Amino acid sequence: MGNGRGNATSDVAIRKNRYYDSVFLMSVASRLAKLPGIEDAAAVMATANNRKMLLDLGFDPAGLREATANDLVLALRGERDAVRSVFDDLDSHLVRNEDAVSSISASSWREALTRQPASNVALVSVPGHYASREADVALDAGLNVFLFSDHVAVEDELALKRKAAQAGLIVMGPDCGSAIVAGIGLGFANVVRRGPIGVVASSGTGLQEFTCLVHRAGSGISHALGTGSRDLSDAIGGISTLAAVRALEWDQGTRAIVVLSKPPGARTLPSLMAVLAGCSKPTVVCLLGAEAVTRPRGSSTLVARTLDEAAAMALRAMGASDLSATAAAVDVRGWVGAEAERMNSEQKYIRGLFAGGTFCYQAQQILRDRGMTAGSNAPLPSMHAWVEGDACCEHTLVDMGSDEFTEGRPHPMIDATQRRAHVLAVGEDAEAAVLLLDVILGYGAAQDPAGDLADAIRRARAGAERRGGHLAVIASVCGTDGDPQGLEDQETTLRDAGALVCTSNARATSAACELVGRLSGNREAK
Amino acid sequence: MTATLQALLDTGPIAINLGLRDFAESLKNQGAPVIHVTWEPPAEIDADLASLLDTLI
Repeated sequence: MGNGRGNATSDVAIRKNRYYDSVFLMSVASRLAKLPGIEDAAAVMATANNRKMLLDLGFDPAGLREATANDLVLALRGERDAVRSVFDDLDSHLVRNEDAVSSISASSWREALTRQPASNVALVSVPGHYASREADVALDAGLNVFLFSDHVAVEDELALKRKAAQAGLIVMGPDCGSAIVAGIGLGFANVVRRGPIGVVASSGTGLQEFTCLVHRAGSGISHALGTGSRDLSDAIGGISTLAAVRALEWDQGTRAIVVLSKPPGARTLPSLMAVLAGCSKPTVVCLLGAEAVTRPRGSSTLVARTLDEAAAMALRAMGASDLSATAAAVDVRGWVGAEAERMNSEQKYIRGLFAGGTFCYQAQQILRDRGMTAGSNAPLPSMHAWVEGDACCEHTLVDMGSDEFTEGRPHPMIDATQRRAHVLAVGEDAEAAVLLLDVILGYGAAQDPAGDLADAIRRARAGAERRGGHLAVIASVCGTDGDPQGLEDQETTLRDAGALVCTSNARATSAACELVGRLSGNREAK
Repeated sequence: MTATLQALLDTGPIAINLGLRDFAESLKNQGAPVIHVTWEPPAEIDADLASLLDTLI
């Protein structure tokens, strides 16, 4: 049943016992939202969380009451005729191209294992409620597991990882977005050269940025193993991280080992540092957000503050002299000065809108290291908690991939709809001086992520100009020349929209800090 | 048969994919062996029916 005023309506349609994966449903929602007369569209399985999300968005509770997690819900808001037209022909909007995977499809685990008895890894991305059980089946079949699903209970994660360890297997995840094994990307991954540097990372976008920086510097990656965001917590004890480090120590193609993570649990950190100290190969650790890391006595493990530093240290250990190949080919200092000249006295703050959670995290650390504070929906210690709708009265760094933005909605790495709206809002924000963005390329990411943002960037800049100011835009591109989106084209699109393009989030954030520092200096001089 | 982590690194991925089809397509495009299992959530049965099944099985 619908509800609405005049010609506008919001309505839901339910298809009982029809399951589709979330990426497909996101693409359906994205297509529907672009139809004439449709203002908002959601296509989700009717899990409790998704039903709540739809209720919060103002959709009719009566229509949702009878739906279960096995049912598909389409929710539309828009002109009455447009909504009715979609619902009258709903099935035509749910057609997918089956050809792409039909030749490699199996109807069951048993069939898959029979047809491909040499299988050595299972990728599990089913809804979190079911993910543990499927991962457990994979381990019983003797397979390593890449567990993309999130919302897996910590006790299930521990049980799976203990079981894997006993069998010499690894569980990468849960909540593992990215890995590269022997040159093949799993999940979201960039096309990077094979080479001597092995990576173990609890963060998907951290793994992607690091591997891209190594590739851009002319070196390459032996393997990059994800572990899941909780692996180094004391609850899990780093089971997958330590197994991955030991495997890379044995691996003949790996000559240096790099661990990327948020700060480990207090009891787990010494175990990690001890295992790294015991490696015969050069080791680097980057614990984003950590205040300080103490190395065990006699350890040669290098400690990096940022992903860029970690890449530089690993490259130097491999004999590369510097990271000049990854440096921006622009005069950042000159750019900062020119941009600052065009701004008015109200403009003071950085507005960061990130698709990658690690980029939001690293950006906060860089601000903190410079003595600056910021509000964030994923705040580092000493930063301020910020929630959607709060007035922005300081720098704000927003992780747009966090649950409040992605519950039942496409992740910003796949669909830019929500980020575009926030970019436009920055254009209306009189105190915004710098818009800081990340653009992530590679397998799994949107086909044209820069193009999806370009018009919103132009309009935001035009909004600032109308107020007699000027909005600086800095975008970091996480990608390589091998990625399907085309690195050069993506960078050109961003530059044409008026953005300064940087090769890393750390560089982009540093440039943003320099710019607001210059503005502050200019105000004091007046 | 257990394919250890070490064997995975030595051989490269020979994958079974459950869930997002895009991941299977991406592996296929990269030339990696992959089978995509068509997955659906198991049917939900209520507690009474489950109890009845338990007594019958």
